[in-house]
Amino acid sequence: MDGSSSRGATVVFRKELIDSLRERRSVVSALVFGPLLGPIMFAILISFVVARQVDEIAQPIDVPVVGGEGAENLMSYLYRRLIDVDHDRFADVEALREAVRRGDAKVGLVVAEDFGQALRSGAPARLWIVADESNSTARVPLSRLRSALAEYGRAIGANRLRLRGIDPFVGRPFAVLMDDVSTPSARAILLLGMMTYFLLFSTLLGGTQVAIDTTSGERERGSLEPLLTLPVPRRLLVFGKLAATFVFMAASLAVAVASFAVAVRFLPLAKIGMTANLPLAVCIQIYLVMLPFAVLGAGLMMVVASYTKNFREAQTYTSIAMVVPPLPILLVVLNPIQPSAPWMLVPSLSQHLLVTGLIKGEGVDAIHVLASAVSTVAAGALGALATVRRYGSEKLLI
Amino acid sequence: MIEVENLSKRFGKVQALNAVRFAAADGQITGLLGPNGAGKSTALRILCTVLRADAGTARVGGVEVGADPVAVRNRIGVLPHDSNVYGNLTARENIAYYAALQGLDRKAERAHAVDRVIAMLGIEDIAGRRAKGFSQGQRIRVALARSLVHDPDTLILDEPTNGLDVMATRALRDVVRERREAGCCILFSSHIMQEVAALCDRIVILAAGTVSVAGTTDDIRAATDCEDLEDAFVRALDSGIGWTGEEVAVGR
Repeated sequence: MDGSSSRGATVVFRKELIDSLRERRSVVSALVFGPLLGPIMFAILISFVVARQVDEIAQPIDVPVVGGEGAENLMSYLYRRLIDVDHDRFADVEALREAVRRGDAKVGLVVAEDFGQALRSGAPARLWIVADESNSTARVPLSRLRSALAEYGRAIGANRLRLRGIDPFVGRPFAVLMDDVSTPSARAILLLGMMTYFLLFSTLLGGTQVAIDTTSGERERGSLEPLLTLPVPRRLLVFGKLAATFVFMAASLAVAVASFAVAVRFLPLAKIGMTANLPLAVCIQIYLVMLPFAVLGAGLMMVVASYTKNFREAQTYTSIAMVVPPLPILLVVLNPIQPSAPWMLVPSLSQHLLVTGLIKGEGVDAIHVLASAVSTVAAGALGALATVRRYGSEKLLI
Repeated sequence: MIEVENLSKRFGKVQALNAVRFAAADGQITGLLGPNGAGKSTALRILCTVLRADAGTARVGGVEVGADPVAVRNRIGVLPHDSNVYGNLTARENIAYYAALQGLDRKAERAHAVDRVIAMLGIEDIAGRRAKGFSQGQRIRVALARSLVHDPDTLILDEPTNGLDVMATRALRDVVRERREAGCCILFSSHIMQEVAALCDRIVILAAGTVSVAGTTDDIRAATDCEDLEDAFVRALDSGIGWTGEEVAVGR
């Protein structure tokens, strides 16, 4: 009984594999959508970020000014700092504020009417920056304007001290320098962290169609009931279907890793001081540490699809389920953590930390790899057991 | 040989089967007749081991279905209600899949069994085509071929002629009769009196989850006091004639 029954799983596996390979929808979502869409979105995102960073440093920024007539030296100083001051654009402060609120102007400057007089008399001369701090595109112009103003103020202050015979450094007890120790690769991590997210997503997407087709799809099409009258233990039916789903997910992951390795070469990462290189050996390691996630994905999608009543319902619930596994990664992006053994017990998070380590070129701890694989496969096994339970119940057909 | 005694099954508030008793003998075609919702499919599904009865016993070839479902599955060929084949597989692959799952492990043995049922159903012309574009008649024939591939001694067919045209229905009847001559026990459900009368040796009329009347067509005419079979069927459903006790004596 046992010898022939384990063959039952193989028979189901082979049939589901052939069936799914002949289903265009499954193949397209496994080998095209997930694996290629991810890198493409990623490439667009990165190019956008890089282009913006490069642009914003090199190019002049427009700053509308109200009341600039009384501060000619300041205006010409700003102009030399690649800040194009514009005196005529807005007649009064209200118009300027409204334009900034609407986003028509990113940042504006208001010079107090008594600015020149205050400056001459030694009283603080007032300037207002008008900005919308919630507008992320205004962040760079704002900081450039701020630092230009501060620098100009410091220069005037230093002159005043010098006129009074005081060393300007008296007022500057600190000289703070910045030493950025992040390596070019490590800087790339911030962006490449997104890569793990796309890899996990591609993996799930790659086999979800198969999981649906082989469970609720089979049931809806009326092929399940005759199958259940055959002398094959139900768990072997489930194992066969699970294995087919796993193979699709693993294939999808392989294509995704490969397309990332290619995409990274074409990204202008060097322009912003990053290097990202994914040699074949690293790609293989990434694939291997990610592979257990395909077991989890297969188990998860199988259990979700097998508990739904039809194709449509299965698609709804699997798309919801697809969002859950990568969630821990988002938490880590918001609140970075260092790889440690307890974190390796959290599926998806552990893959993220391991892959990040591999890309950084830091290498990974063998114990960590093992803990990640065991916990992830165990989670997948739970899904498989729940599916077996479902297949043992007559509710599957009612 | 199928024996059903006091079989009951409830789905939530609906009593689908209420102490149903009937039997089906080897070498005979037994028709399970009743309107939609009478409990035909539920009874057949319990016999196919995909549902469990709440009470009562159901035996196939002397084996209690609840006690040893695998032994029962080994000897039954099943055509469930609205069953379908796999559209992405060819007719031959569909049949070979079931042959493999029935334990026909050796390739030559499996090919032989598949060829045998393809010939039996006369579907040589479509054997190599994918089932996606098949007509209802072609699909049913492939499904029937696949349920016969392990040479079962008991056949359970749930409304197999649904949606079939005259020629396809006749072809199906021929195969069922041929199986009867081979000594199979055949249980065949339908909601059409003429259908059952044309094919079955004995008829069990099921209404609202219980057996209303059972026997040969003549027995039923006599019990309902109707010459016309359709009238007899309607009266059997209406008047709740009650089980005559006759049908358990399978040999008669």
